[in-house]
Amino acid sequence: MSALAHAAAPAGAPAPAAQETAKRSWTAYLLLLPGALWLGVFFVLPLVQLASVSLQSRYPGFPGYYYRDLNVENYLRALTDYAPHFARSFLYAGLATLLAFVVAYPLAYAMAFKAGRWRNLMMICVVAPFFTSFILRTFAWSQILADEGWVAGTLEALHLLPGGHIINTPVAVVAGLTYNFLPFMVLPIYASLERADPRVIEAGGDLYANGFTTFRTVTLPMSMPGVLAGTLLTFIPAAGDFVNMELLGPQRGKMVGNVINDQFLAIPGGYPVAAALSFTLMAAILAMVFLYVRRFGTEELV
Amino acid sequence: MTPIPRRARRPMSQPAAAVAAAASGGLSRRALLGTGVAAGAGLALTGCAPPPPPSGGAAALELPEDVSSTEKILKWANWTAYLDMNGKETRSPTLTAFEQQTGIEVSYSEDIDDNDSYYAKIGPQLRAGQSIDRDIITLTDWMAARVIRDQLCQPLELIQMPNVVGNLLQPLKDVSFDPGRNHSITWQSGFAGIGYNRDEVGRELRSLDDLWTEDLKGRIVVLSEFRDTAGLVMQSQGVDISSGWGRAEFESALDFIEQKIEEGYIRKVKGNSYMEDLTSGNAVAGITWSGDIFVLAFDTGNPSWTFTIPESGGTLWSDNLMVPITSTHRSNAQRLMDYYYDPAVAAQVAAWVNYVCPVDGAQAEMEKIDPELAESQWIFPTAEFIADSNIQQFRVLDADEDIEFADLWSTKVMGN
Repeated sequence: MSALAHAAAPAGAPAPAAQETAKRSWTAYLLLLPGALWLGVFFVLPLVQLASVSLQSRYPGFPGYYYRDLNVENYLRALTDYAPHFARSFLYAGLATLLAFVVAYPLAYAMAFKAGRWRNLMMICVVAPFFTSFILRTFAWSQILADEGWVAGTLEALHLLPGGHIINTPVAVVAGLTYNFLPFMVLPIYASLERADPRVIEAGGDLYANGFTTFRTVTLPMSMPGVLAGTLLTFIPAAGDFVNMELLGPQRGKMVGNVINDQFLAIPGGYPVAAALSFTLMAAILAMVFLYVRRFGTEELV
Repeated sequence: MTPIPRRARRPMSQPAAAVAAAASGGLSRRALLGTGVAAGAGLALTGCAPPPPPSGGAAALELPEDVSSTEKILKWANWTAYLDMNGKETRSPTLTAFEQQTGIEVSYSEDIDDNDSYYAKIGPQLRAGQSIDRDIITLTDWMAARVIRDQLCQPLELIQMPNVVGNLLQPLKDVSFDPGRNHSITWQSGFAGIGYNRDEVGRELRSLDDLWTEDLKGRIVVLSEFRDTAGLVMQSQGVDISSGWGRAEFESALDFIEQKIEEGYIRKVKGNSYMEDLTSGNAVAGITWSGDIFVLAFDTGNPSWTFTIPESGGTLWSDNLMVPITSTHRSNAQRLMDYYYDPAVAAQVAAWVNYVCPVDGAQAEMEKIDPELAESQWIFPTAEFIADSNIQQFRVLDADEDIEFADLWSTKVMGN
């Protein structure tokens, strides 16, 4: 507001101070420019394009051709035919987020408070998987969990494997999702725990709280921004993931990411439904995140 | 005003017709208002009516200028392990010889992993008249059919390709999707049938029904290519897949496959990556492609990997070389196609890829390279072998079926 007011000031005799501010504001806008351009070209434009595709119709008799339209039926199909796929995506992503939290919190806690000189090594161990491609790591799991692999072999020997195999079951999918997004949970929690002042936690003990109460009322609330960020960073990509289902999952009961992939690539004329599905997924995740942040959110997100 | 010839005029959309009629005094103002409101409501509900048909075909009449004589280059997109390669190097001896012979520099890339995903990538570019930076693409029959139907490939000058005209196997000279082979030339062919590990299975598998047994439950993979998997199942249900069937037969095959998945017999429906399930032991049998099983036997050094055509029949497919509509090196492409139809060159390729060789005379040349391969029915099948084994080609689908069947396959079998 003030920037505009200053820019509109008469050019004849501007006060030195005002000139200074105007200059600084222009610099700020200039610095914003690359970011804004990037967002415009790589986020807003594709989004508008996707929205327009999601309302197009198949051209009868010409597979792969579409015409501009207001075909809301694409959205109806996305919501009715594929409701179970959405449900599964959110269920598996939710389970994976929960599991990742259960695994990540003690790990992050240990790294922040107990690791001492091992801290950097632990950090490298958490980050190291990123040095290999996501798909390769999932492929590796498909080999580890294979019928002839040692995991399935051991479980079978202990009679803990009712179905006869791990791979190609929902269990493998959730395990894969948990594994692949674990670092996204560990790092934010670690960051917020690491910043916490240990003296505050000690104070809990000094005030006659037992270990659990101190954790519940002091440590956990202090790490909430990290937990919130971690759950979002895990849940959002996990809900849209299709690689884990493709490589580790069963033939029946796919996730919504697989449907989108299939509609885009395997079905001539599937673009509009795929775009509508993508939009619906985006909207659903946005709504869930909004509610979640309203419920559990703090002032800062790390 | 010059009168527009009647025939060139497009039929008017309904609202436009109403306006025109009103303008010529044929309708009262109230009637026009009514039509307008109805048309407006219709527009809001259903959107616009389809515009005139897409002009994809028009591009075929305006071929890009062929600059082959000045630019001695050629870019070829092919599938993995589909050309002879010499040991450690990633250079093909036959391709090097072609470059020396013609002075055309060939850049060979193994771009294509799957018909659908490759076409999903290049299709929109070709339709928009953009270059895809490839002069030859290699696509399976049904996808080639789609490309030809959409007129996204260039007509070929057979007169410039004496080897092709002379040596293309007789049955391939007149395929249903490209009568007279004016748009596509066969690269290699192959079979879909049953591939299995005889030691693991412990017996011979002769028909599809042999797959649905308790001991193989959950250890079977089938191809995600529906023309092969559904084709084989339809054959086992007594359908002649080469002609004269419709949605009912297709759906009944899909119901069967769906049932086998639900009952747990079929573990996965996969693309070329089914090979990994066979290697890792998750699966020991399935509906597979011929060449893959020979490669598997060779790579694992395990001769118990067996490929067989089920008693009810198998499918025969081909991959075809085509020149995309926006390529500017058609003549170079044609020289390469002609080169690979030299029987001696074709035999060299066939000895490496182990797929069906489409070149007449290559068998005689193969005698010189490897007499055993020259006798192989999987490389040089005889007409009797094809007929006796009931090997058929999946019939060409029309544009509507193409979408409809892909949709059906996706929901019923792929689980989407």
